Amino acid sequence: MSLQTIEAPLPGILYHKPSPDAEPFKTPGDAVAVGDTLALIEVMKSFMPVEAELAGTFKGYSAADGESIEPGAPVCEIEQA
Amino acid sequence: MSGIRKLLIANRGEIAVRIIRAARDLGIRTVQVVSEADQDMLAARLADEVRVIGPAPAPKSYLDVERILQALRDSGADAVHPGYGFLSENADFARRVAEMGVIFCGPDADTIDRMGDKVNARTAALAAGVPVVPGSDGRIADLDSAVAVAEQIGYPVMVKAAAGGGGRGIRIAQTREELIATVPTAMAEARAGFGDDGLYIEAFIQKARHIEVQILGDGNRAVHLFERECSLQRRRQKVWEEAPAALLPETVRQELCASAVRLAEEVGYRGAGTLEYLYDMQREAFYFIEMNTRIQVEHPVTEMITGVDLLREMLLIAGGAPLSLRQDDIRCTGHAIEVRLNAENPERHFFPAPGVIETLTLPGGPGVRFDTGVYPGYKVPPYYDSLLGKLIVWDSSRDGALNRMAGALSELDIGPGPSTASLHRALVQDPDVRAGAVSTLWLEDWLKARAEAAALAKSA
Repeated sequence: MSLQTIEAPLPGILYHKPSPDAEPFKTPGDAVAVGDTLALIEVMKSFMPVEAELAGTFKGYSAADGESIEPGAPVCEIEQA
Repeated sequence: MSGIRKLLIANRGEIAVRIIRAARDLGIRTVQVVSEADQDMLAARLADEVRVIGPAPAPKSYLDVERILQALRDSGADAVHPGYGFLSENADFARRVAEMGVIFCGPDADTIDRMGDKVNARTAALAAGVPVVPGSDGRIADLDSAVAVAEQIGYPVMVKAAAGGGGRGIRIAQTREELIATVPTAMAEARAGFGDDGLYIEAFIQKARHIEVQILGDGNRAVHLFERECSLQRRRQKVWEEAPAALLPETVRQELCASAVRLAEEVGYRGAGTLEYLYDMQREAFYFIEMNTRIQVEHPVTEMITGVDLLREMLLIAGGAPLSLRQDDIRCTGHAIEVRLNAENPERHFFPAPGVIETLTLPGGPGVRFDTGVYPGYKVPPYYDSLLGKLIVWDSSRDGALNRMAGALSELDIGPGPSTASLHRALVQDPDVRAGAVSTLWLEDWLKARAEAAALAKSA
């Protein structure tokens, strides 16, 4: 068990939800499988998914929904299984 | 002299720079609004005043009507130019600006509303005797009337769900037999998909070219500035534009441009506008599809063939002057091509590539123009569209312009990130592009074939 920080691969605007009215991709306590979408980053009007590269338990987002984010900045944390 | 003293630019990037230059030439002071992420952009360096209006995301800055109106009040500007995109075709914004007693550089809110609605625009076009895509007059009653309409306009036809949209609920029928087989299924699908089984029929234009006509109007009178062709598109985004259109018969050109003037005068159009048409290469006919009530990205190709400064004309008309040009004053000379240079990687599915511009070496010589909002050392932000700049060339013939474009692209160096310059270097050498033998589907097919060839070469 170790706490892993997922970093933004690109600069842009971070979204926790697939659309403004939808539920967040993950809420704390949710199980995460490899390949799950954790968030979206909007870069130059394109939406790029941030996908999980490890499995575990979702602990929470590190930056707010709709906030601008730099490459390498923390997106969320996962307790690795 | 313009009736405007101080102009606020409610846009960013290359078009903001273009507007500032036009205003400066007329002795108009400029106020540039910027988001927090745009304080270093070229337009902010060139404007007389800069106002930060909000955070980076456009909904909190360039799309926020209240913040722009506040900047207008605070700056004391007597006019606003919306550029393209953002609030440029937002009738509510135009109305609020007018209510403040400030000049909106564009048509009035009612015209934006009217021409922005596809059904209303189609009605206005029909009233002005401008051809629209032939089809059923509203919904078809039954299978027999569907067949009757199709026989009248000729196959192939599109069967569309009245309640559909965005490409959904469309079927193609090549023959009478296919139509008879398609209609009942399409009705059932429309009922299931949209809760409404209404269908209508339109001619299916297989080999379409995208041709548009630039117009200027002062509310009473309108003139055209010939046509542009923008058939090279990817995901409905224009990539490469020319003026005039290649391979367009002269009689068709004259009818097309005259129809645009009729429609502009029918709606009492004021300002610069563009009427978009599809040109059906098989039927040799053109059809009005929609009007853009703003300046367009590709306006420079029109400026190059006519010598008319469209932004200057917009500012003069907005300032209250009658149209200075007569139709006979406007001549089409030579040929112009514009390519859009986007911060995208053509080798990786056009993946966006924001970041610092370290190298920017520009081409020069006669008939070469570069419109941009960036400079060496500038960090391209990830929050807005990917347009870095536009390379425009002119020469006395289309072949000359193609050669000049090839040369200019070989001089151009933007880096270190990828850009669509590499795509244009390939396109300018392509036999179909050089022959002008393209349609709106051509570029996507070409990209697909190219990706497949690259994959094959890799696996070999």
